[in-house]
Amino acid sequence: MAKITYIEHSGAEHVVDVETGLTVMEGAIRNLVPGIDADCGGACACATCHVYVDPDWMDRTGPRQSMEESMLDFASDVRDNSRLSCQIKVSGALDGLIVRLPEQQG
Amino acid sequence: MTAGTVIIGAGQAGLSAAEALRKRGYDAPVTLIGDELAPPYQRPPLSKGYLSRELPADRLWLKPESYYAGAAIDLRPGVRIARIDRAARCVVTTQGELIAFDHLILATGGAARRLPLPGADLPGVHVLRSLAHADALSDALAQARSLAIIGAGYIGLEVAASARKRGLEVTVLEAADRPMSRTASPLLGGWFGALHRGYGVDLQVSTGVAAITGSHRADGVRLMDGERIEADVVLIAAGLTPGVELAEDAGLACADGILVDAHARTSDPGIYAIGDVARFDSALYGRSIRLESVQNAIEQGRAAAAAICGARAPYDPVPWFWSDQYAIKLQIAGLIDGADRMVRRGDPEEGAFALFHFRNDVLIACEAVNAAPEFMAAQRLIAARARPDPDRLRDVTVAMRAFLS
Repeated sequence: MAKITYIEHSGAEHVVDVETGLTVMEGAIRNLVPGIDADCGGACACATCHVYVDPDWMDRTGPRQSMEESMLDFASDVRDNSRLSCQIKVSGALDGLIVRLPEQQG
Repeated sequence: MTAGTVIIGAGQAGLSAAEALRKRGYDAPVTLIGDELAPPYQRPPLSKGYLSRELPADRLWLKPESYYAGAAIDLRPGVRIARIDRAARCVVTTQGELIAFDHLILATGGAARRLPLPGADLPGVHVLRSLAHADALSDALAQARSLAIIGAGYIGLEVAASARKRGLEVTVLEAADRPMSRTASPLLGGWFGALHRGYGVDLQVSTGVAAITGSHRADGVRLMDGERIEADVVLIAAGLTPGVELAEDAGLACADGILVDAHARTSDPGIYAIGDVARFDSALYGRSIRLESVQNAIEQGRAAAAAICGARAPYDPVPWFWSDQYAIKLQIAGLIDGADRMVRRGDPEEGAFALFHFRNDVLIACEAVNAAPEFMAAQRLIAARARPDPDRLRDVTVAMRAFLS
């Protein structure tokens, strides 16, 4: 389990426990966090699960994968800490992770 | 009290419509009726990660169980609808229950096509559309050494890749002269054929199947030329038959799908059709199309919900699709039919390339193999009916971003 805080663009916070082995995207879907669409279900094919990783956590979430990097290149409002949440696997090391959601997906 | 909206079909499209109704503030009852026992789930992994046992069933659910009550969506799994009574504005279940509606959404998807082959009804012959199908196939593969797949479309090829991962001997039999002949360009189909052969799949094209053999259960197939191929399990992967029966019986206009307009409305105002079963006029392509894709399920579901809520948001998508086979991600934007010119970017030998398809100089489709920038840029270019310069597209030193400005 890892405690993850999802912060919507409006500022609304969702603090939830996510099972190890799931992705940060699945943690949002399972806990009804709005703002992560994940149309393709986590196949890294759609770029609708874009999040901003809190800068303090970027070391632990690791770098973008190459396919993810390419998908993000064409998403809107991409920043240095942008990730596709379907590509971040939850582990104990991410306990306390904070991610913020963009204004809109897609 | 109003009867609200009844949705027949609790797949990705039906759920998308239900969710979109609530997001738009629709406050009348929403009833989501599915004939399967499972709650709404993702179908794409059934031939991919779920079948290769990398993804467990509990990661297929589209929503947690608590979602439905919280969103006031009355999910009714395991319920079959016998008919639609348009005059009385209700649907009738096979148990005889009447469920009234103000608006009805048909999200009935379709059935895996079963070929009229001798032996097609034998035990050991599988199709793949539902979770129950995937479980049956997966269990059968656990006891098997060899698998014969009839049909080299997306499902056939994805199952071939998953079964190879599980160590089975796999034969794929395709009547056309290349894989994915219905939807992909010859170059792409040929490339995927070579990919599968490289992973040890016995892929035979231009090969007709005469019969599935076996006395009490399937033990192989016999080809048109008389050759026999042994297999412990046989999968028929011959596409989808759209589920139009309820609509046809109710007198709604159908033609390889239920005919709908840009707001997902059928010939009966108040009855909508969405997802795999719906055929609509694409302004972008200038013809009627029926799409079997997650994107279409989600977006057309939203379009129907918008129309029910009185919004006007015509649905005219740039279709997109994806497929995962071995370490390859295929992403397709647009439809290639009618293309008169193809431009290649990147080297297929190196495993990452894109094929751009034009009609009258306008970009209409892009097939991207491990080439996400090409795919992402193409989606926007196709929507804009753009005419990118073929010579620059071919030049991999020109970044795809350059075409969007």
